[in-house]
Amino acid sequence: MNKSDDFITRVHEHFDRLSTDLLGRLVPGEEATLNISAEETLFVRFNGNRVRQNTDVEQISLSLCLQSQDRTVEQSRTLVGEAGTDQAAVVRLLQSCREEALLLPVDPNQVPVENHGASSEEFRAVLLTPEELVSAVVGVAQGSDLTGLYAGGAMLRGNRNSKGQSHWFATQTFFLDYSLYNGTQAAKGSYAGSQWNDADWSANFQRTRALLQLLGRPRQNVLPGAYRTYLAPRAFSDLLGMLGWNALSGAAWKQGRSPFKKLAENEARLSPLLHIDENFGMGLTPRFNSHGEVSATTFPIIEAGELRNLLVSSRTAKEYGLLANGAAEGEAPRAMDVRTGSLQAQDVLKELGSGLYLSNLHYLNWSDQVSARVTGMTRYACFWVDGGEIVGPIGDLRWDESLYAALGSKLVALTTQAEIDPAVDTYFQRALGGSRTPGALIDGFTFTL
Amino acid sequence: MPNTVIPHQSALQHALKSAQWAGLRHSRETTTQRAVRNDHPERNHSAVEEGAMCEVLVDGHFGYAATADLSSAGLGRAFDRAIATTRALTGHKVHSFNANQRPRATGSYTSPRQRDLDATSLAEITDCLLAASQAMKLSDALVNRSASAMMVQTQINFFSSNGSDIRQNFDMVDITLSATSAEGLESQTRTWSRTGQFGGEVFHRATLEQQAEQAARDALALLHAENCPSARMDLILMPDQMSLQIHESIGHPLELDRILGDERNYAGWSFVKPQDFGRLQYGSELMNVSFDPTRVNELASYAFDDSGHRASREMLIEKGVLKRGLGSLDSQRRCGLPGVANFRSASWNRAPIDRMANINLEPGSASLDELVSRVELGVLMSTNRSWSIDDYRNKFQFGCEHGRLIENGKLGKTLRNPNYRGVTVDFWSRLAGVGRDEEAHGSVFCGKGEPSQVIRVGHSSAPCLFRDVEVFGGQS
Repeated sequence: MNKSDDFITRVHEHFDRLSTDLLGRLVPGEEATLNISAEETLFVRFNGNRVRQNTDVEQISLSLCLQSQDRTVEQSRTLVGEAGTDQAAVVRLLQSCREEALLLPVDPNQVPVENHGASSEEFRAVLLTPEELVSAVVGVAQGSDLTGLYAGGAMLRGNRNSKGQSHWFATQTFFLDYSLYNGTQAAKGSYAGSQWNDADWSANFQRTRALLQLLGRPRQNVLPGAYRTYLAPRAFSDLLGMLGWNALSGAAWKQGRSPFKKLAENEARLSPLLHIDENFGMGLTPRFNSHGEVSATTFPIIEAGELRNLLVSSRTAKEYGLLANGAAEGEAPRAMDVRTGSLQAQDVLKELGSGLYLSNLHYLNWSDQVSARVTGMTRYACFWVDGGEIVGPIGDLRWDESLYAALGSKLVALTTQAEIDPAVDTYFQRALGGSRTPGALIDGFTFTL
Repeated sequence: MPNTVIPHQSALQHALKSAQWAGLRHSRETTTQRAVRNDHPERNHSAVEEGAMCEVLVDGHFGYAATADLSSAGLGRAFDRAIATTRALTGHKVHSFNANQRPRATGSYTSPRQRDLDATSLAEITDCLLAASQAMKLSDALVNRSASAMMVQTQINFFSSNGSDIRQNFDMVDITLSATSAEGLESQTRTWSRTGQFGGEVFHRATLEQQAEQAARDALALLHAENCPSARMDLILMPDQMSLQIHESIGHPLELDRILGDERNYAGWSFVKPQDFGRLQYGSELMNVSFDPTRVNELASYAFDDSGHRASREMLIEKGVLKRGLGSLDSQRRCGLPGVANFRSASWNRAPIDRMANINLEPGSASLDELVSRVELGVLMSTNRSWSIDDYRNKFQFGCEHGRLIENGKLGKTLRNPNYRGVTVDFWSRLAGVGRDEEAHGSVFCGKGEPSQVIRVGHSSAPCLFRDVEVFGGQS
């Protein structure tokens, strides 16, 4: 058993003991849900193919949601990982929740605690030691200006409630999210998995370096305007990431905050080429949410350009009379899977003809919610293409375009190949999830600055 | 909030057996969130996050390990992990550091407050938020009326093997009132917020009711307002939008770790180069910008950063000329430029990096009326709702919740969907007037770093006038 295996086993047993003890302390009229989230991670930050900072993190967080007398209170705390200390802390958490519940108004949108079943999934792997890891990275990238982050280790999620529900998910994975620079020009790469393979890493690096070499061609000055544009899978994933910012949320629709209000109310539709599913079959994230509700393995969000399902949590469903579909609290996609199209990879430049090839987008935000308009920047390896050939790299361009257009009348084709874009967020904790997207050819994409 | 006592001395002694220097940053943070929506409780959540970051210097390389086990044995294991990993990687270090980057310091800091947050009851806060939600109930078109408050109490203790002993206690409050109106396919949101280092005194029911009602009136007015025109014209930004403008186009590009390339894979690089300090005309001569962690009640005030560096007010830009960057002792050592005390971490489980604190535009002498009187045709914009800027911090586009047309020196009709865009240095060169009435705003969610961190920042400014800016509205 390696170090991460030991962490998974230790935290699993710890959670079982703590939750059994706490749920046994509830009195009639009380219901509770417990969630645990933990990780043991090695972070190594690179700059100039050297190590800027290394941080080992071991963290466990437990949250308790208590329902009592129609009130809802949630409290969470860091756990030490030691039985006696944590048991006392969790008992204090319960007492504190009880005291708060007495002071709160009734929660009319409270969703009763139910038993949504049991599940257990564990994905074990063998990860490199810090020395092995850094030698592998910098060895292949020797002579290159590599900057980025390696994160590797175990991630755990657990859920139990007072109705007998029990879910467990543990995985050991790593990612190396990196950029290669040549002066101010850069190409983006990402290598992720559960088993480091030197040959795979080397091939990944060589692909990114080849992209960087294309940036050595003469720089092209592109003026603001509307251009036929190819969004490579990572760029299309960046664009579709905006769907997680209220666009598909049932609550946001009802509360006047959804940029897809027209779509939800059949006042607009997207391209018939577009099919988007929530697909937990990709194995990127557990199917259960913090209430322990389990989503269908796959269900459609958009079919042939028409909205089939918004993401609806049980709380939203209760408030607005909608049908819940296992969505998490934020009602954003957790495993978005965009169906591929008919554009062959070798035909992308030919079909693009004259226009822009964008590998990545940067810093997206809604610029006009009602028209689902998004603004953002181009980033990394982006090129001017003419006559079906890459002419040269462009400077950073600002774009501003409605999703009703970019995913609607302006969407020309999707590629036959899709790529998985695993979540590499590390705010507070390593994120689970990700998306799978093809590349997209779009006509008349609007660039403004 | 109770002060946790940890066995720091024995842990540091243990680390010194293998490290040239060791530091221990213990952090305990309690975050309480209360939210009311449409007169009903929406969220009642409290979180306690507590742990320690063990930092070691081994063969010229600083490395870190985080643990929540604050026992002597637990801290000892974390130090052992930090030492082992750091020793394994020191041959690949980006720079050779020494203990001068962790100066010995002793002292303390406590947020100013008139009334302890602990003494403000949940019932009282909930009552204030419910009253605010109800005050927004002016029309059925107001489909979303939310009032929320986040109270944060943070205790950070820093100890080091060269004798540092720093204890800082922060009380912070972030209140947000938000009204959304909707009719047909159109919807508009108006927000009021107050953010800073305060105690329970900010929960003043009558004030919150008044602000909530105004937000609701504005949201209703925006529903039927004209779209902002699209043209080049003068622009007055109110302090709550200046906060975002300062943050994105001054704060981030001046961070020395960005300039050194640490952020190139995530947040990005900077158009500012090391040789620009002392030379670059960043904006007009009206532009004076300070790094000021000493400002009372502003969100990111503190006495020491997480390296033990004592914090002081420093001028970053004077009369439009770039003078100083936002760089910690680590960054200063790497690039040889002067910096500030800004080595800050988001929590116990993250290593510190260069962050903004309070970045303020120094006030001028004009009243808002005087600024407006100087405009023949322009728009006055308030309250950020959309923000985006490139990875070098050049090309930005920002949108606001609320606009007012200015014609012939007078404020006119309300405009919806006001936006503007520009390029940083060119934009700041258009600064033609700085007001005298400054307000402090801030954000509790400034994201940066790998691994990523959100941190609190404060920005103070008066209303400002910019000439001949590209302004535009929505498509609806």
